[in-house]
Amino acid sequence: MASQITAETSPVEPVQETLGEYFNNWFKRVRGGDLGSLPIIVGVILIALIFGMLEPLFFSARNFVNLLLQMAGITTIAIGVVFVLLIAEIDLSVGFVSGVGGVVMTLLLRESATDWHWYTAIGAGLLTTAVIGLIHGIIITKAGVPSFVVTLAGLLAWSGVVLILTTVLSTAGTITIQDTTVLGIANAYLPEVWGWLLFVVVIGGVIVSQVVRQQTLRRQGLAVKPVSVLALQSVALALVTGGTVWYANTDRGVPVVAVIVLILLAFWSFVAFRTRFGRYVYAVGGNPEAARRAGINVDRIRIQVFMISSFMAGVGGVILASRLRSVDTNTGGGNLLLNAIAAAVIGGTSLFGGSGSVMSAFLGALIIASVENGMGLLGLPSGVKFVVNGLVLLVAVLIDAFSRRSRESSGLR
Amino acid sequence: MATTPILELKGVSKRFGAVQALSNVHFATRPGEVMALVGDNGAGKSTLIKGIAGIYPFDGGETYFDGQRVIIHGPGEAGALGIEIVYQDLALADNLDVVANMFLGRERVKSFWRLDESSMEQSCLQTLSSLSVTSIKSVRQQVAGLSGGQRQAIAVAKAVMWNSRLVILDEPTAALGVAQTRQVLDLVKRLAGNGLAVVIISHNLHDIFEVADRIAVLRLGQKVAEFAAASTTQQEVVHAITAGALDSVPGM
Repeated sequence: MASQITAETSPVEPVQETLGEYFNNWFKRVRGGDLGSLPIIVGVILIALIFGMLEPLFFSARNFVNLLLQMAGITTIAIGVVFVLLIAEIDLSVGFVSGVGGVVMTLLLRESATDWHWYTAIGAGLLTTAVIGLIHGIIITKAGVPSFVVTLAGLLAWSGVVLILTTVLSTAGTITIQDTTVLGIANAYLPEVWGWLLFVVVIGGVIVSQVVRQQTLRRQGLAVKPVSVLALQSVALALVTGGTVWYANTDRGVPVVAVIVLILLAFWSFVAFRTRFGRYVYAVGGNPEAARRAGINVDRIRIQVFMISSFMAGVGGVILASRLRSVDTNTGGGNLLLNAIAAAVIGGTSLFGGSGSVMSAFLGALIIASVENGMGLLGLPSGVKFVVNGLVLLVAVLIDAFSRRSRESSGLR
Repeated sequence: MATTPILELKGVSKRFGAVQALSNVHFATRPGEVMALVGDNGAGKSTLIKGIAGIYPFDGGETYFDGQRVIIHGPGEAGALGIEIVYQDLALADNLDVVANMFLGRERVKSFWRLDESSMEQSCLQTLSSLSVTSIKSVRQQVAGLSGGQRQAIAVAKAVMWNSRLVILDEPTAALGVAQTRQVLDLVKRLAGNGLAVVIISHNLHDIFEVADRIAVLRLGQKVAEFAAASTTQQEVVHAITAGALDSVPGM
């Protein structure tokens, strides 16, 4: 059908940008409303400045490491929330599903009862949450009930399950974790050398993959990013990562949980951007009818996404249980649900589907955790904290709404 | 121009409950030929092409593809034969880029489940250039930012990428302005020039007379006329659409 076409006759030429052009285009996009991660970065800087001025302890190495620890649970659960938001659904059960995951693991670890190893106990907890996600997904797709309602029912039901499981032993309801490996997940730190090794692996991995990618694009005659831009981005990443490792090492060291979360972020980013499954998730979120006509099994994608959401909630539950060294009747409750969803939204994932990234979980969690951390240092009462959290979420959503509107009017949308 | 039809429908009918949407329709289309399918609303045009695309199986009559008798049970089978349909709503995902849309559902994958982005991008560029689509600056931009004509061009390019033999276009210029309509009509002519059989549904007789070789007129589920575009007039076609002689009057 297509006649022999050589590269010279191709009317659609790859656009080769210079560094200057790249920045010009970036600036034009920002002016037109396509802000990207700019609001987050500005927000983080503002938060750091404000809290730093009010309480200099905010900048201490000890607080920095605390912040990394405080971010871990929310980031993990928010990754699952991102996937659900991408298909334009919602999962209100992630808080208590994370509780179920943590509680199941803790119950199985106890010496007096089953005395399982850490890997089987964690495995059982995660398997339970994955099955919960499967149940949610099947009900939502086959019965056609909106995810809001099904996961709200889940929220209630699983909170009850947490209550039942934790009071099986005693009415007090608190069960402590003794297993050293599980406790190490959220309470151990990398020795100094290992911290630097991590830095080398991360930077090396990023640079190598970028170089390989640009080579492939160049070889096939496709558009590449200017080398100078890549170099600048790599230097920036090296500074941030290196700075983090160095600063953490002046306190207790890089937390093990930070490495775990980093691996999870990298893995799920890969799934979302580089696999067929991830492509189908974005397609279902953008235009489910187009996805269906393209032969994509939309129901199957939706079920799998709800399984991811509940599974990652389970992982978050394991991390949080480890951090608190116990589970109790209210594990998974409190602000966890709202923080996880707010993190995904603040980080840039749209509530309307089809737009967002796994990294937004990290960025949003950074904002939420640093605001909480700062307010904690200032000793603010809970009521004030809630109001501030609500305002932060509102501001983030407003920025997104404004940028979407100006994108539409400037034709970038 | 070849004379053996690539697709031939003999006496097909389709009933939906009490409504006879199609009755005894004979329809043939040849490679390199643009066949226009016209008729008023409710004449059965959509039903006919959905039957060809495998979405509704026909109740009666026979379908021949490349001279062989076939029964098309679903869109997958139609696609496998080489029949592609571009719907009026285009079925594009606005949040994905041009390459992702053109390969949606049929992505190329490398080792470790990775999408083969560069090879797909290249194929995309090649297909667009073979159709002389020059207005799309970058295939990595989101489809949402493209104009109606560009989106139509991508929907058509997506249909022809897969060794298709017959492309059906449902109202391709309905929502387009003058310049964009021009682009799409040129594209249609190029498709036929590349050896595809093209069926185009349209209400716009001016567009039809510009690109079509033959014009089939449906009225109330029956084919009331077929003209060679070169030897008929708009008036004759309009008359057939509104008052063409029916073999059987529906309801009696």
